[in-house]
Amino acid sequence: MTVNATLATYSDWCYAGAVIVYLFALVLHGVQFATGRRVAARELVAAAALDGVPPSTTNPPVGGTWRHTTTTTTATAGRMVVSLTVLGALIHATSLLLRGLAVQRVPWGNMYEFGSAICLAAVVSWLVLLRRHSASGPGVQRLGVFVLLPIVVLLFTSGTLLYTKAAPLQPALRSYWIAIHVLAAVIASGVLLVAGAASVGYLLRASGRAERLPAADVLDRLAYRATIAAFPVWTFAIITGAVWAETAWGRYWGWDPKETVALVAWVVYAGYLHARATAGWRRAAAWVNVAGFAVMIFNLFFVNLVVSGFHSYAGVG
Amino acid sequence: MRTALVLLFLLALAALPGALLPQYSLNAAAVERYKAAHTAIAPLLDRLGFFDVFSAVWFAAIYLLLFVSLVGCLVPRSLDYSRGLLARPVATPRNLRRLPHHAAASVHAEPAEVITAAGRRLRGWRMAEAVEPGGAHTVSAERGYLREAGNLVFHFALLALLVAFAVGKLYGYEGQVIVLAGGGQFCNSGLLAYDSFKPGTRVDGTQLDPFCVRVDGFAAEYEPNGQPHSFLADIAYQDAAALARAGGAAVDGDAAVDGGAWRQATLRVNHPLRLGGDRVYLIGHGYAPRFTVTFPDGQQRTGAIQWRSVDAATLLSEGATKFDPPGVTDPQQRRQRQLAITGLFAPTAFLDGAILSSSFPGLRDPAVAVDVLRGDLGTEAGRGQSIFGVDQSMVDSGRLQRVARQNLLLGEQLTLDDGTVVRFDGVQQWISLQVSYDPTQQWVLLAALCVLGGLGASLSIKRRRFWVRATPITDAAADGRTVVEVGGLARTDQAGYGEEFSRLATLVLQGEAASEPSRRAALARKG
Repeated sequence: MTVNATLATYSDWCYAGAVIVYLFALVLHGVQFATGRRVAARELVAAAALDGVPPSTTNPPVGGTWRHTTTTTTATAGRMVVSLTVLGALIHATSLLLRGLAVQRVPWGNMYEFGSAICLAAVVSWLVLLRRHSASGPGVQRLGVFVLLPIVVLLFTSGTLLYTKAAPLQPALRSYWIAIHVLAAVIASGVLLVAGAASVGYLLRASGRAERLPAADVLDRLAYRATIAAFPVWTFAIITGAVWAETAWGRYWGWDPKETVALVAWVVYAGYLHARATAGWRRAAAWVNVAGFAVMIFNLFFVNLVVSGFHSYAGVG
Repeated sequence: MRTALVLLFLLALAALPGALLPQYSLNAAAVERYKAAHTAIAPLLDRLGFFDVFSAVWFAAIYLLLFVSLVGCLVPRSLDYSRGLLARPVATPRNLRRLPHHAAASVHAEPAEVITAAGRRLRGWRMAEAVEPGGAHTVSAERGYLREAGNLVFHFALLALLVAFAVGKLYGYEGQVIVLAGGGQFCNSGLLAYDSFKPGTRVDGTQLDPFCVRVDGFAAEYEPNGQPHSFLADIAYQDAAALARAGGAAVDGDAAVDGGAWRQATLRVNHPLRLGGDRVYLIGHGYAPRFTVTFPDGQQRTGAIQWRSVDAATLLSEGATKFDPPGVTDPQQRRQRQLAITGLFAPTAFLDGAILSSSFPGLRDPAVAVDVLRGDLGTEAGRGQSIFGVDQSMVDSGRLQRVARQNLLLGEQLTLDDGTVVRFDGVQQWISLQVSYDPTQQWVLLAALCVLGGLGASLSIKRRRFWVRATPITDAAADGRTVVEVGGLARTDQAGYGEEFSRLATLVLQGEAASEPSRRAALARKG
């Protein structure tokens, strides 16, 4: 099996392009977040009045048009930022697709590709969530800063420190389970990233530090819904991982560091679901959700790079 | 719930050292290195079981407590649930306007008709109809009982999973053995057949399922950069039934049946050989350099034993191939003339001056850099020694002395001072096999699937209630009109019930009013 170097190069370019587009989206989100009004109640976004006011930090015109201008700016910026994110996701998906075509396999066979796929899953689930919750008010979009920031950081780290050239899979990974187990892990991690971002937003909002965010209970519900969507997928990822381990390593569970930390994350998210169902624990539950995502990140970086175990597929160093 | 929460976090916290600290069960050598590097803290950690977390008493205590608390929670909940299954839905609240979901309309129909029609709309819901003293007809409906069922299944399945896991650990075993490719054989006859063996608590190695594996060949392919591409072992095996037949044939003296009992198979990574309850895995490979020693009296001995890799990427390997002098019966004399060929083996030699290293894991240009030691190997001292090296204390005490040091390419030879010739005349490959036996793993899988199914049900199904009250308007001008009120409540999480409620409310309210053009409307919705 040979690697198609041309496609691999295009894939790398797309990757860089996607990071740049996401970065723009993030900056725009930041601007929007900083200049937007506080979300006291539901905002009515003016559907018309697309008068081309650039979504910049320019001072509002002197006089009474403050509110009007800000609203249209917000609306324009809002649409722009979503379009940018969609554009980024398309380029990002192209990058993964080209990588897969270049090496004739699933594009999540090493840590660079895995990180990239997780970020794509996160962006897509973020966009789905935006679409579903467009009725909850435009404020939901402002959560974008908290979603895109970790994604850009993760993509940048993956693309620089963890970058791995396009290459065929090592024998241990040649199994159809890579399509099932790793895909489930990718989807669950991506959705949990969004859930974690929503919980960070909730904690900030509930402590009164970020009043431009949507109302605390909206954020809490977002985090909960994302988590209950991802938790069964994560459970499935662990179970299929065990099934694969039985085929590959001779036991379905062996307390390999990756397995152990995956279980720890699972237990923490189970704790989140219990905490959220306990009266008076809502704030604590949000902390638990953030802790859960921290464990996921720890599992991704520390366990792959520092601890040596069966899952050392990083292809780094 | 709070107890369970605390225990859940304790469990997560307690499992972390198992991932962060080296563990005996995974890599005993790493534990020893850690202990040597952290002399201050390591003895304490060792005593507290931090290097064997998943067998530690405190770890077991946490999960046992968690499961005790789980049972304590599940039993009453199961009873509640079974009682709830028999109970009628809760009576319609007096004021439906107070509910999170609410709507009302007035229709031109009798209350009883409204209720009957509503009942048709509420197919699949558990319903209870009632007539209130004021003449109002009500129906209370509830559905989503499977949520709690899923919840209970999830938790009971977790318990079952733990029990099945534990039973598997009691009666299962795992053993590793290295077999030379090109005819090497392994038979699952007992502990001694293995290089290492991890038995379950109830396994003593006397009741293993008999089977034999013969390794006919092994091929590894590599990418040009040395990354492995595929590993493939050609094997033949005799399972228990074949062995029984072969045994019977041997008694009958029928050799033909014996020969036919071997079955061919290939063993690859991710493709184990499954024989009844036992599974045979290809988990490693390496090289065994073959040396032929021609002793001064002309007798020859050939030896090939596995050397272990010291660099996984290039398969540079180290080891010791040991020889007894032939025809020497006096143990005293024998112990002065034993030979050991130790050093490094490179499948693709790369020489930096005289320093041998390997540049590729495939067998392109093999070479060895060996020390030949002569004297007492210490094999009769009653002490165990590694097959990959010589007993260093014998070297230190001078009873084992180096008599040659040289690099040899394939086919080259060296001559010792007493005329003994050591020739490097071949390379064999070895593979490392793992035999695993776990009698309960299909039960664990079944439990895991129930965990998943229960979880899916309990997170996706909502327990929700729907009430309809049809009150006749007694006002004479009303002309047989009825006020219909509907209310809804999701018992667990409100999110997502709104749409279903609106749909149902529209059906119940509009369905009756459809024939009524001058509908007095007033669709009010709260929340």
